[in-house]
Amino acid sequence: MSRKTHQPSANHRANQEVPLHPRKGLVVALAGALILGVAGTAFGATALAVTDKEVTVGQLHSSTGTMAISETGAIEAEQLAISQINAMGGVLGHKIKVIQEDGASDWPTFAEKAKKLLESDHVAAIFGCWTSASRKAVLPVLERDNGLLYYPTFYEGLEQSKNVVYTGQEATQQVFAGLDWVAKTKHAKTFYLIGSDYIWPRTTMKLARKYIETVLHGTVVGEEYAALGSTEFGSTINKIRLKKPDVIYAAVVGGSNVSWFKQLKAAGITGKSQTLLTLSVTEDEAKGIGGENLLGFYSAMKYFQSLNTPKNKEFVSQFKAKWGPTAPIGDVTQAAYEGPWLWKAAVEKAGSFETDKVVKAEESGTITFDAPEGMVYLEPNHHLKTRLRIGEWRADGQADIVFTSDYIDPNPFPKGY
Amino acid sequence: MDAYSLSDLWSILVMQGFSGLSLFSVLLLMALGLAIIFGQMGVINMAHGEFMTIGAYTIYSFSKLTETYFPTLMPYYFIVAILGAFLIAFLVGYLVEFTLIRHLYKRPLDTLLATWGLSLIMQQLFRSAFGAREVSATLPDWLMGSWKPTPDIDIPLNGIFVMVMSILVTGAVVLFLFRSNWGLKVRATTQNRVMAGAVGINTRKIDRVTFAIGCGIAGVAGACFTTIASTGPTSGSLYIVDTFLVVVFGGSASLFGTVASAFSIAQAQSILTFFLTNAMGKVVTLMTIITILMMRPEGLFRSKVRR
Amino acid sequence: MNALLNRALGERNGAIGLAVLAVIIFLIMPLALDIFRLNLVGKYMPYAFAAVGLVMVWGYGGILSLGQGVFFGFGGYCMAMFLKLEASDLTSTAHQTTPGIPDFMDWNQVTQLPLFWQPFHSFAFTVFAIIAVPLLISYVISAAMFKRRVGGVYFSIITQAIAAILTILVVGQQGMTGGINGITDLKTLNGWNINTDSAKYLLFFVNGALLIGVIMVCNLVLSSKLGRLLLALRDKEDRVRFSGYDVANFKIFIFCLGAVISAIGGAMFTLQVGFMSPSIIGIVPSIEMVIFAAIGGRMSLVGAVYGTLIVNYGKTAFSESFPSLWLLFMGAMFIGVVMVFPNGMAGLYQSYLKDRIDLLLSRVRKVKPSDQLKVVKAES
Repeated sequence: MSRKTHQPSANHRANQEVPLHPRKGLVVALAGALILGVAGTAFGATALAVTDKEVTVGQLHSSTGTMAISETGAIEAEQLAISQINAMGGVLGHKIKVIQEDGASDWPTFAEKAKKLLESDHVAAIFGCWTSASRKAVLPVLERDNGLLYYPTFYEGLEQSKNVVYTGQEATQQVFAGLDWVAKTKHAKTFYLIGSDYIWPRTTMKLARKYIETVLHGTVVGEEYAALGSTEFGSTINKIRLKKPDVIYAAVVGGSNVSWFKQLKAAGITGKSQTLLTLSVTEDEAKGIGGENLLGFYSAMKYFQSLNTPKNKEFVSQFKAKWGPTAPIGDVTQAAYEGPWLWKAAVEKAGSFETDKVVKAEESGTITFDAPEGMVYLEPNHHLKTRLRIGEWRADGQADIVFTSDYIDPNPFPKGY
Repeated sequence: MDAYSLSDLWSILVMQGFSGLSLFSVLLLMALGLAIIFGQMGVINMAHGEFMTIGAYTIYSFSKLTETYFPTLMPYYFIVAILGAFLIAFLVGYLVEFTLIRHLYKRPLDTLLATWGLSLIMQQLFRSAFGAREVSATLPDWLMGSWKPTPDIDIPLNGIFVMVMSILVTGAVVLFLFRSNWGLKVRATTQNRVMAGAVGINTRKIDRVTFAIGCGIAGVAGACFTTIASTGPTSGSLYIVDTFLVVVFGGSASLFGTVASAFSIAQAQSILTFFLTNAMGKVVTLMTIITILMMRPEGLFRSKVRR
Repeated sequence: MNALLNRALGERNGAIGLAVLAVIIFLIMPLALDIFRLNLVGKYMPYAFAAVGLVMVWGYGGILSLGQGVFFGFGGYCMAMFLKLEASDLTSTAHQTTPGIPDFMDWNQVTQLPLFWQPFHSFAFTVFAIIAVPLLISYVISAAMFKRRVGGVYFSIITQAIAAILTILVVGQQGMTGGINGITDLKTLNGWNINTDSAKYLLFFVNGALLIGVIMVCNLVLSSKLGRLLLALRDKEDRVRFSGYDVANFKIFIFCLGAVISAIGGAMFTLQVGFMSPSIIGIVPSIEMVIFAAIGGRMSLVGAVYGTLIVNYGKTAFSESFPSLWLLFMGAMFIGVVMVFPNGMAGLYQSYLKDRIDLLLSRVRKVKPSDQLKVVKAES
């Protein structure tokens, strides 16, 4: 660049002075280097950050932005699990050190932070992500840098990466048993499907429609998607009233979810007169929606806070002791709690923190964990074999479990759907 | 639609008509505060959504306080809380005008940036104060549920409430602007600031109060929306897009434009949603808005003030 | 030719600034930063295009566009569509219901590649589209607005409304656009793997070269008669109009230029990051781009680059340790930049540092500072 300006140009005195430019550049450049050098802490080796006493893991959720509403519970649960593991002596004699990163509800940021955790901090595993979009953004980074992710959300399936363990349910686990139950106990024949307009509800509803039509021999009288962030359901509710379905099958998410239930109640559609089964309400959402607006509706989840087992009661009291008595514990929160424990089990089986060995252990089909929800089994396809539960919402924002299924094998790529 | 009885269709028609009107009042209430500030002062308040959130959290706080200390008053707290929402948002608005906006009247574009920064700060403050999770105020029973004029027709009570509120607020604004001494001064300032100052109107004070009132109305809107939508640190961002669309589509400096724009957007969206799907209804509405804006960039009603 | 080059470099002062920038980008950063940090800078740099565009549109044109992200997005999506088609060859999509189409289409029960995707099989067309699509859209928007003399705040919020609407459309039409997830899992560009370290290095340099090229083009525009008219128009639009100029056309030109620059950045972003999603084109990123330009100095092309890098670096550094503080800090920056130092870093440099540095350099050069001041004055 600067050399070209050296060529003398007659009418510009300025250009005759240019021989000194490089030096001037140098002064500023050195200053720049000083500033930027701070940023460039060099990491030589690519080995994991495992010292004699410590192993570093990453935590990657949104603590700011619109998704912070949902992801807070997962952050808390993972930290609880890690502190408990450390209190027990850590993993393979190493205490776990956590580096927490904020994905800020922004998918490129998730990718950037995952990269930072893997390439700069050399974490042994990442516990994180919530939305499908954030997982999709992180996935190429994981595969490239051969990292490990424990992903807690129930999601659409259609994915199986050797670098990810899915501790939430994939769609078939959440959909089929729930539909069976509602068809049997409520003698439901007609269904109205409604979801937010993105990949998870779309995939879920595709499965549900097929299952209703071919297995249950019922009818889908309406299928509808609401724009993400939509707060207006008046017309949709009127359509539902016109169709009079036996069951409303819902997967509305985020702020829309609150509007949806508040407006349902206001339109006189309540648990007393209408069966509604939702896939997207956990105790976390119930807090924002208000229990009185959910009363009598059903959720299909693998875990509810009210689950009456000694193991779960212990978990709930530990969680509340750490994060305060009002903190709700939803399905995803519990699934997030399983992440560090399953990782510990896999690492101990592998006898090493190395990703390839841990993955091999994960795929061995022998990793299990006695979780608050009951025993869970990590299958070779990286998903958990779990039960499905149906909860009936009470006015206080907790659910009574009215049905528990048998164990369901995860099947992220269902044939024929 | 042959399979439905006539009475079925009739009741759906009634409810559908109502849901269109209810969406109209929601949009109007949302946009009113912004429209006043923009119309009278030429300032766009990007923190409008956050002022609405102030209102929502006020309701939540009042609900919690009442539940703890005066449980018997639960059915009535909402009315007081709405006044509280107005006052708090008004005061914050007043303060913001004093510290921030008044220095920027000569640079309207910069107010966009400053108020955007303000909105980020407010979001974080909400998160620190009330937690990252959504909260839900316990609403009095008379606000939830429906009114049944016939067995087949359910009219949502919260819809009626929002509608009444938006009529009240719009009425109050019209009275304030066109029938009060204050309003006269506000309009005078809008039309010719220098001249208004010359005849002894304290234009700075007028600006401050106008801005604060706009914010106060946003607070009332946010308070009312606790009956139909969520309350969280970022709830404001759910409304902000619709709010801007209404104001832009209505044309800048016209209150009537805002009303007309809210009405046409609401009806279009409501009807389209019924016959298409929710998402498609929204898409078609937006496409129509964008096309009309390209042909009529000044919005439905052109401003009479010379730019 | 020399005169032209001289103008492109922005005369003497501009040339120094550009040279420093070039040294930082091409020399210091690659030497001082490890590949991870360099990648981060590589991810920030595309935003600098949008910021440079904004300096032209906002700083010199006086038009505040809150929809810069839209054009960034058009560039990015065009590139992403091409890469996605390349990644969706028959073998790697064999397990899909319809092999050969992008995975998200398959998930959304789309069975045929939509018509507007077809031409993106060709790289030449893609490059053409990266420029042409935003050009067309920005022309339609700006012609509609400026011919009717819509401007000021109202124009800003219309661009913002457009950004909002487009985001909703992209999210809503997920069968064709990938919805909220965006277009992910991009692998190769004409067979060249873009995810390797060496590719990232190369892309970084291409990015830097393009950026400097764009700044030079902007310098050319600004030093022409057109540039002076733009300034006049920003400060007293009516007078320019009364002098017989068609004001609207100048505004349209500058707005389109900003859009195209932004789109180039978007295309580079897709290459650097490996995916494109609606979260990059909406209201929030569009406004953040404005803050990049504002922090750097709304009148300084080079400043916009520094502004972008510093704000983004701050975002990364802050959010690593104090995620909640970051929002407060960012908010304070928005307010500070309009209240306290409206001309950004370039302004601070001008008023506090420049004289001293000039003094220092002129001493080195053994020229009296007063002489030099005269030169500067004569030039401007």
